[in-house]
Amino acid sequence: MAFVAFGSQTPAKEQGPSKTGRVALFLLLPGLFYLALFFITPLVSLIITSLKAPSATGAIGRYDFGLEFGNYVYAVTQYAPQIFRSFSFAVLATVLALAISYPIAYFIAVKSRNRPLLKGILLTLVVAPFFISFLLRTFAWKQIFSNDSLVVNVLKDIGIFGADSYIIGTNFAVVFGLVYNFIPFMTLPIYANLDRLDLSLVEAGSDLYASPSKTFRKITLPLSLPGIISGTLLTFIPISGDYVVASRDFLGGPDTAMIGNVVEANFLRIQDYPTASAISVMLMATIVVLVSAYVRRSGTDDLL
Amino acid sequence: MATEFIARGQDLELKGIRKEFPGFVAVDNLDLKIPAGEFFALLGPSGCGKTTTLRMIAGLESPSKGEILLGGKDIAGMKPHERPVNTVFQNYALFPHMSVLENVAFGIRQRKLNEPLAKAEKALAMVELEHLAQRRPQQLSGGQQQRVALARALVNRPSLLLLDEPLGALDLKLRRQMQIELKAIQMEVGLTFLHVTHDQEEAMDMADTVAVMNQGHIEQLGSPEVLYDRPKTAFVAKFLGQSNMFIGKVTETNSETTSIEYKGKKITGLTKRSEKVTGVIAIGVRPEKTYFHETQPIDDPGLNILGPGEITDIRFTGVSNQYQIDIPGIGVMTVFAQNIGRSPVVELGAQVYVSWKIEHSFGLSDLPSGVEEEQ
Repeated sequence: MAFVAFGSQTPAKEQGPSKTGRVALFLLLPGLFYLALFFITPLVSLIITSLKAPSATGAIGRYDFGLEFGNYVYAVTQYAPQIFRSFSFAVLATVLALAISYPIAYFIAVKSRNRPLLKGILLTLVVAPFFISFLLRTFAWKQIFSNDSLVVNVLKDIGIFGADSYIIGTNFAVVFGLVYNFIPFMTLPIYANLDRLDLSLVEAGSDLYASPSKTFRKITLPLSLPGIISGTLLTFIPISGDYVVASRDFLGGPDTAMIGNVVEANFLRIQDYPTASAISVMLMATIVVLVSAYVRRSGTDDLL
Repeated sequence: MATEFIARGQDLELKGIRKEFPGFVAVDNLDLKIPAGEFFALLGPSGCGKTTTLRMIAGLESPSKGEILLGGKDIAGMKPHERPVNTVFQNYALFPHMSVLENVAFGIRQRKLNEPLAKAEKALAMVELEHLAQRRPQQLSGGQQQRVALARALVNRPSLLLLDEPLGALDLKLRRQMQIELKAIQMEVGLTFLHVTHDQEEAMDMADTVAVMNQGHIEQLGSPEVLYDRPKTAFVAKFLGQSNMFIGKVTETNSETTSIEYKGKKITGLTKRSEKVTGVIAIGVRPEKTYFHETQPIDDPGLNILGPGEITDIRFTGVSNQYQIDIPGIGVMTVFAQNIGRSPVVELGAQVYVSWKIEHSFGLSDLPSGVEEEQ
């Protein structure tokens, strides 16, 4: 009798997925509409702008439709140092943020696992910078690093710094600011991953003759790779396009401009929209290529 | 093939081991000796300190006090990765990012021994999983994962193999099958096995010696037969199987027999089977050692007879029937009768007498907690 009951229900079950499929599609509509309006449209507009030619009338900030692929060549040749600097800074800041964040995340997720109060306080401290605007915090660092600041004066007084040395506007100041701003974005995904780490695997490693450092390299680190990957992506991508930290209004100087600053200057100051768009398109394409190569190389699909 | 893994197991001796955690003592002054090559079970309810003891031997916890001697050498100060001891973890703890073969080869690789993969393959062959060597652990069933965990530990030929409730996550049928396999492998390789479990049937079935643990100390240690036949404490009598227990003041004792008075009835046991023969003591008997009779049995100094009482519950378990008999003035007794066609056929509500031979009584050293004393 049970078989008969199952038999009669089978066709009804087969109808199920297609019905839920329609409902799912319906629920997706607002999202798809949003994507089309706010992602696809600007992207197409950006590409069109990047190929525009200067207006025949010669008016500043006026451009005509065209297929000026030369805009890209011009952008690359004109801004090669800034492009190179952007990716160098992004790689360096990501590596530094990882080196700083991993131990923090490990301590919170693993060492404080049985101390919920300590864990809560530490997590709050990691997130605390978000309570204050990113601009204000970066501006605060500008004060700390500025030429007549206490820090710089003390460094000069104790002789570490020469009388004409400075921090503000240097590569150091910019990378420092980038690392500082993106540490929470690195720490949180690694924390979320390590929080689920099964400690009996670590114990099994030590039981099977692996020293603590070997256990970390062979077990903890490979298992936390998905956290490291998402942390580095959340850090590397925004840093590549960051235009605040490296700007002269904040921690940067004349020789620290990154792609973001170039785009900003071309869009808002020079009003050279095609060049700004061409650089944006290239930045986006480069990031997509780098990130997909990185994700594929690290083989995380196996772990996710 | 198994000769590959034959290694000399070593004696394990625990001397005065104590483990304190903030707020409580998990293990208190524990002494234990496990001879080389023995299958030893630490049996106890959850929270009795058996897993803590095992973790101290593995080096995953450090004892607050005491010595852990393996082959006569104190290993209490050694790090887990320096100890010639391997563990089969309760949840198996197989590395999810490695193949089954790499899991098994892990210990060999860490010790930089020759041919890690060849040895791992042989270990997998021993647990009959060589065909799954390239799979990931999460693609295997629970029983298969358990066998991989066993191979991963055995491939290292440890002096001592620790098993932390390794069968706890398996269903009943698979558990019975794995018990048989595990025992067979232990006999084959001749290693010292220390098995921690809360399953009394599993411990009695597999182990040469069982230590019953309760609240951080060992209540009784012995072969499964002795533990079952002559429990020394009320805890052991209750934890290993079922018991009918009677508490009363000793009324007479001589070199042969000792009797107590329980609610006006005399209950007798052999003096040599009593831990204590003065004051108030508890005498017990296993339900399968008792019989019931539809007519009053003839008085016999070799028998304890109680009744009549009413049968209040009958449970059919296949090989036996379990009866609850409520005897006025005595209380409820449990009687198991084998279904071999020799016991009287009785209905619920029937009036019966219960008897058992005095040599089947056992006298305990303490009194069951929560039971009122009969003076």
